[in-house]
Amino acid sequence: MEFFLQQLFSGLAFGGVYACMALAVVMIYQATDHLNFAQGEMAMFSTYIAYTLISHGVPYWWTFLLAMAISFVGGVMIERIIVRPVEGTSVLNEVIVFIGLLTIFNSLAGWIWEYTIKPFPSPFPKDPLFGNTFVGTHDLGVIGVTLVVLFGVFLFFRYTPIGLAMRAAAQDPASARLVGIRVGWMLALGWGLAAAIGAVAGILVAPIVFLEPNMMGSILLYGFAGALLGGITNPAGAVFGGFAVGVLETLIGAYVSFIGSELKLTVALVLIIAVLVFRPSGLFGRVVVKRV
Amino acid sequence: MDAQLGAKVREIAALASGAKLSRLQWIGIAVAIAVGLIVPLLVSDYRTFQFTLVLVYAMAVLGLNILTGFNGQFSLGHSAFFAIGAYTAAIMMDHWEIAYYWTLPAAGVVCLIAGFLFGLPALRLEGLYLALATFALSIATPPLLKYDHLSEWTGGVQGVVITKPDAPFGLQISQDNWLYYFTFVVLLVLYFCAWNLLRGRTGRALKAIRDNPIAAQAMGINTALYKSLTFGVSALYTGVAGALGAIAIQFVAPDSFTFFLSVAILVGMVIGGIGSIPGSIFGGIVIVFVPNVAEQISKAAPWAVYGTLLILCMYFMPLGIWGFIRMGYARLTRRRKAD
Repeated sequence: MEFFLQQLFSGLAFGGVYACMALAVVMIYQATDHLNFAQGEMAMFSTYIAYTLISHGVPYWWTFLLAMAISFVGGVMIERIIVRPVEGTSVLNEVIVFIGLLTIFNSLAGWIWEYTIKPFPSPFPKDPLFGNTFVGTHDLGVIGVTLVVLFGVFLFFRYTPIGLAMRAAAQDPASARLVGIRVGWMLALGWGLAAAIGAVAGILVAPIVFLEPNMMGSILLYGFAGALLGGITNPAGAVFGGFAVGVLETLIGAYVSFIGSELKLTVALVLIIAVLVFRPSGLFGRVVVKRV
Repeated sequence: MDAQLGAKVREIAALASGAKLSRLQWIGIAVAIAVGLIVPLLVSDYRTFQFTLVLVYAMAVLGLNILTGFNGQFSLGHSAFFAIGAYTAAIMMDHWEIAYYWTLPAAGVVCLIAGFLFGLPALRLEGLYLALATFALSIATPPLLKYDHLSEWTGGVQGVVITKPDAPFGLQISQDNWLYYFTFVVLLVLYFCAWNLLRGRTGRALKAIRDNPIAAQAMGINTALYKSLTFGVSALYTGVAGALGAIAIQFVAPDSFTFFLSVAILVGMVIGGIGSIPGSIFGGIVIVFVPNVAEQISKAAPWAVYGTLLILCMYFMPLGIWGFIRMGYARLTRRRKAD
């Protein structure tokens, strides 16, 4: 039982990170019908920025907020400058630009901060809370912080005028423009928010997986899997999917002996293909009907 | 009347598919083959090895091009097929001591089947989702190759070392030169097959599926079969390239087949020219020689350059080098006619 609880909580902690990535992916997908393949590398880059801030003596939580702010601005700029020219041309062009971005961020990180693995500090104490034996404090902290961030995002979209405008722009760009919403800027804001949420994921997972330029590759894949499982058209579903994938991945890795750590990514692959083939709208997504 | 109509239709079909090569194209091919034959005589063994890799990557790029450029299916997972080809060759040579030239058809067949099988579920995926599924495939490949229970075959993290073949028939040329010519001949055969496949009925069917899948289906094209077969053929090309690459490098290991190999093949296709057969050779050149130049700046620089080239290409040269050449040629000849 204790082993199960340990695995469950560690799965939930990873799940929180995946949920953030899934939410970032869904946010851009909803607004523009793009899957941002560079999301992981953007998050990795944000984490390196946080690393630099921390090593210059900025307190942890200030770093956290600063890194989110910088990522937000960066995300907006990327949409405005790089993605905008190819928007609506063809899927091929868009994906190629995203892959270009991914490669650039990955190599820039290697260029600036070297490829050596770096430890990343955690703000939470090392000792388990209340002397319990089944969950580390960092894991609990990760779960807590993700829940706070996700709740914040929910509040933003539900109760602020700008959140409403962004939802309108995503749902029906033409009508949104008619009522005076600047749709282009709403998309850019969406990119900014996605980048900021990605930064949270990166900073939270860095103490567990260590900081290096390729750290987000598999995490983004789990994020995609979570987004698809929950339904790529439904942000809340994607968050649930992220947590589900985290728990599933950890439990399968722990209990199914032949899978071990090497085949975990294959599980994600199979999951993605299975969802896409059997239930493309995911568990909670809206079924998209295409007009012929 | 009907006979006349039939002849007319055939004539149009021949024009549309470019079944006949013009004089200029014949000259171009002859020059390219001549250059290909002479190159190893002029450069060092190491350069020859690099040119062998150019041919190998050109083959892989051609494979991706058949899928993406001609059939409109997207793949970020070609590193997986490259890996399957490479490991097939390595395992056959290392475990069963089979001669290197037999590994190519084997790698081709294994990849054809693997590609076809992956193409079946991929049928239900369009554009973006196919990109996602293949992205997952290429991320999952290296850990799969490290899998403990397969390590008896794959050598786990260490990989497999294979020996470079000697030139046969007592030919007095170095191993590198021999492998270059061998690869060159394989490449010519594969180019001819691709050209032959794409110029006729099949090629038109593939392009019709790319341009409008529903209309293609309405015209009686078996979209499902064509799409998954194209996936298979594309994987076959990439697999043969992988096998030749493994023989040339004499080594396979899981970490040579990461997602970034897929990116490299993609870069080759985009820069060489999407949807052009000759463009893929430029793709091969870019893949091998751009890092060579860029690495003098920094270890990370090649990938930054690749990424920048990808994005710049999309903005300014969406049809790649080959599209650029064709456009330049068309402009020149038009001006001459106007004079």
